[in-house]
Amino acid sequence: MPDALLSTRELEAHYGDFQALFGISIDVFPEEVIAIIGANGAGKTTLMRSITGLLRNEPEMVVWKGQSVGGFRADQVAHLGIAMVPEGRQLFQSLSVKENLIIGGQMGRKGPWSLEKVYELFPILKERRNVPATALSGGQQQMVAIGRALMSNPDILLFDEISLGLAPIIIKSIYEALPKIIGQGMSAIIVEQDIAKAVSVSSRVYCLQEGRISLKGRSDELTREAISAAYFGV
Amino acid sequence: MTTTSYSISRSSKASRIAAVAGIAVLALLIAAPWWAGRADMRLLSEMFLYLSLACLWNLLAGYAGLVSVGQQAFVGFGGYMLFALAIFAGISPLVAIPMAGVLGALIAVPVALLIFRLRGAYFAIGTWVIAEVFRLSFAQISALGGGSGTSLPVAIIRDMASSRAMREATTYWLALGMAVLVLAVIYALLRSRRGLALTAIRDSELASQSFGIDIWRNKFFVYVITAGLTAMTGALIFLQKLRISPDAAFSVNDWTAFVIFIVVIGGIGTLEGPIIGVIVFFLLRETLSDLGTTYLLILGVVAIAVMLKAPNGLWGTLKDRTGLELFPLSRRVMKNKQ
Amino acid sequence: MDWINAIIQGILLGGLYALFAAGLSLIFGVMRLVNIAHGDLIVLAAFLGLTITTALGVSPLIALLLVVPVMAAIGYVLQRGILNQTLGEDILPPLLVTFGLSVIIQNGLLEIYSADPQKMSAGALETASIALPGDLNIGVLPLMMFVVAVAVIAGLQWIFYHSSLGRAFRAVSDKQDIAQLMGLNKAHVFGLAMALSLAVVGIAGVFLGIRTSFDPSIGPGRLIFGFEAVIIGGLGNIWGTLIGGIILGVSQNIGAQINPGWQLLAGHIAFLFVLAVRPRGLFPRID
Ligand SMILES: Nc1ncnc2c1ncn2[C@@H]1O[C@H](COP(=O)(O)OP(=O)(O)OP(=O)(O)O)[C@@H](O)[C@H]1O
Ligand SMILES: [Mg+2]
Repeated sequence: MPDALLSTRELEAHYGDFQALFGISIDVFPEEVIAIIGANGAGKTTLMRSITGLLRNEPEMVVWKGQSVGGFRADQVAHLGIAMVPEGRQLFQSLSVKENLIIGGQMGRKGPWSLEKVYELFPILKERRNVPATALSGGQQQMVAIGRALMSNPDILLFDEISLGLAPIIIKSIYEALPKIIGQGMSAIIVEQDIAKAVSVSSRVYCLQEGRISLKGRSDELTREAISAAYFGV
Repeated sequence: MTTTSYSISRSSKASRIAAVAGIAVLALLIAAPWWAGRADMRLLSEMFLYLSLACLWNLLAGYAGLVSVGQQAFVGFGGYMLFALAIFAGISPLVAIPMAGVLGALIAVPVALLIFRLRGAYFAIGTWVIAEVFRLSFAQISALGGGSGTSLPVAIIRDMASSRAMREATTYWLALGMAVLVLAVIYALLRSRRGLALTAIRDSELASQSFGIDIWRNKFFVYVITAGLTAMTGALIFLQKLRISPDAAFSVNDWTAFVIFIVVIGGIGTLEGPIIGVIVFFLLRETLSDLGTTYLLILGVVAIAVMLKAPNGLWGTLKDRTGLELFPLSRRVMKNKQ
Repeated sequence: MDWINAIIQGILLGGLYALFAAGLSLIFGVMRLVNIAHGDLIVLAAFLGLTITTALGVSPLIALLLVVPVMAAIGYVLQRGILNQTLGEDILPPLLVTFGLSVIIQNGLLEIYSADPQKMSAGALETASIALPGDLNIGVLPLMMFVVAVAVIAGLQWIFYHSSLGRAFRAVSDKQDIAQLMGLNKAHVFGLAMALSLAVVGIAGVFLGIRTSFDPSIGPGRLIFGFEAVIIGGLGNIWGTLIGGIILGVSQNIGAQINPGWQLLAGHIAFLFVLAVRPRGLFPRID
């Protein structure tokens, strides 16, 4: 087995006195897509925030290509090549669609993605490039959020519930675009509440429950029963 | 078999000791005209008046979230009202002081309606503009000496008390009474339902709104009450000085910067903080004020350092470490053995 | 004629007030910080200009070449060294820390330069004027300052909406966390915003020192003028600061024309009037 690209080691996270994550250890290998599932409030977003440096960790709790990076600030983590499509899209409302994309690429990391490539993937964004990003429809905003993350040419991309609040048909088209996105030698962590979706796009799954990993395994080997037991804690 | 029941109490051992000690100190202070020298009494009066300004500012900023840098508007206004009532209507200072308070509260109503349109830090500068407007306006009133100011008529001062010693004792007691009044009003206010609402607003405006607390009205109420008491304090300050001028009356340094310093050092958002702060401030002033501007430089540096390193001030830091509370505001659950 | 003259002079004065306001508006826009020491920093810049002109024997306009970068550097260091630590949900720490800073700057200047009023001279330029029909005279210097002020505002507008720095400012202002995910170091971006703000303060301070006499105590007054111009013009609107400055300058001059004692009062009343009828200013940014 090759060395992991990204790992968390006994990761913990706190909001004040409240502990949201307990001893989370996950691995993502190069060019691998893993899924993280769990009910509302399980700690999925918190895990993403910890990895990306938005929540501070002990240095050794997050390891990137063999280096302890848990103590890095979020902008330093971004420079490593870790990008995120955050929950709820979180576009910059004062920036146009194009500016949102450009700012995603402002670190100047080299790679296959450019403004043109993103426009090719989502042609509608080119059409609407000068519109304030938050004036778009939900699905189009999600495209901007994905494009913005791609613009940094990351080595790994974290998707936090990209289907949240979108119409089924749009979810379908975004998931159809996913292979094109991740197919470029990138790794990905996909956070989903939709278990079927998560299992279908990933090679391995981790299930979170109340801040702990309640189940992990290969996506094609896990049974529905095992997953629902881990998911709902029944 | 013992059953345990719970009761809710605000007082603690420390607060009961503090209450007894407080009464003793108060008695001692009331008797000051018999044991203290003239200069000591002047200094103590000044401390009481600063204490009352500090407590009022603390109520505004620390409890109601209204950070004002323009309270000098009401200090000066109160002072000028005292002089105006005395000069134009021949009203005795003892009557004029509460009248100045009422007028201060009244003028605060339109002021609040205007500057409550500004949010947060812009509100702060807005209060400053109001103070400037007051200063410039009083400088235009030639009957009150215009820009150079005026003195309290000798006849009025003589009317206050028969002898000089008696007059000095009276102003001293008035200052002490003012501080006690302010402390009592704030304490009562914070223990009332409105106090609970204020604390809720301070902790989270959003959440308190969802409990149906009318934020605007609570803040308005506190602002007006504070303005009235600040104007009364201002009247007393200038009764002691016997002279008033626009620059002295509406000085941002004297009536806001020093007051903020006192509250920040002592501990913002606590009742005890301003008391500690006043003592520290006057200790510093009595030892360092010969240094002139250097003294003010030091004050600025200390205030910044406290704000960055110990934002809860001296008392807040002590309280966090020990849970001590002299004015029992928070309720605690007591376990009663039966 | 006096009235028209008063209005024209007021407009030109408004340019200076817009410079006071622009830096204030910029940092509020980027990091919701209201810098109480803003006026004292303007006065600091004026004294810096004075020191440079006397030490090097150059015109204050040449001194700008030094004052502006020095003020920018002070801004960056100030932001990263102190002010960044105060930013957060609570508005009290930045307010009180900059208030303390204001006290420090005022008394530091007093210690170094004393309370005596000072003035910088721009030489022959100061008396030069352009005659207009109808007995009107426009000073070359005030006109030049106004033009510079307009250019500075235009430059700020351009930076904010068309440069990568401005994009970073807006992104951090919108969503600090997410901006960091784009690789932007928030502390650095804030430092740059304060540097830019104080660069403008540098120009404002030198212009102030050429136009009128100044002493260490006048800072708070300049802060208030800048603040009033921001609110009159409308929060978040950079061009608005110019309009706000002009309205303030014209009101003051009209007030002074009626009664010399009413100059400042008239400006404040104009501000309070706008606050009463248009609480969000005349041209608030709609977003
Ligand atoms: N800023 C915060 N402050 C305090 N507690 C928080 C905060 N954010 C999240 N939590 C708590 O941490 C726990 C984990 O939240 P998190 O958002 O990580 O869950 P999640 O799995 O992403 O849920 P969802 O599916 O709803 O997005 C929850 O109990 C939540 O209430
Ligand atoms: Mg989530």
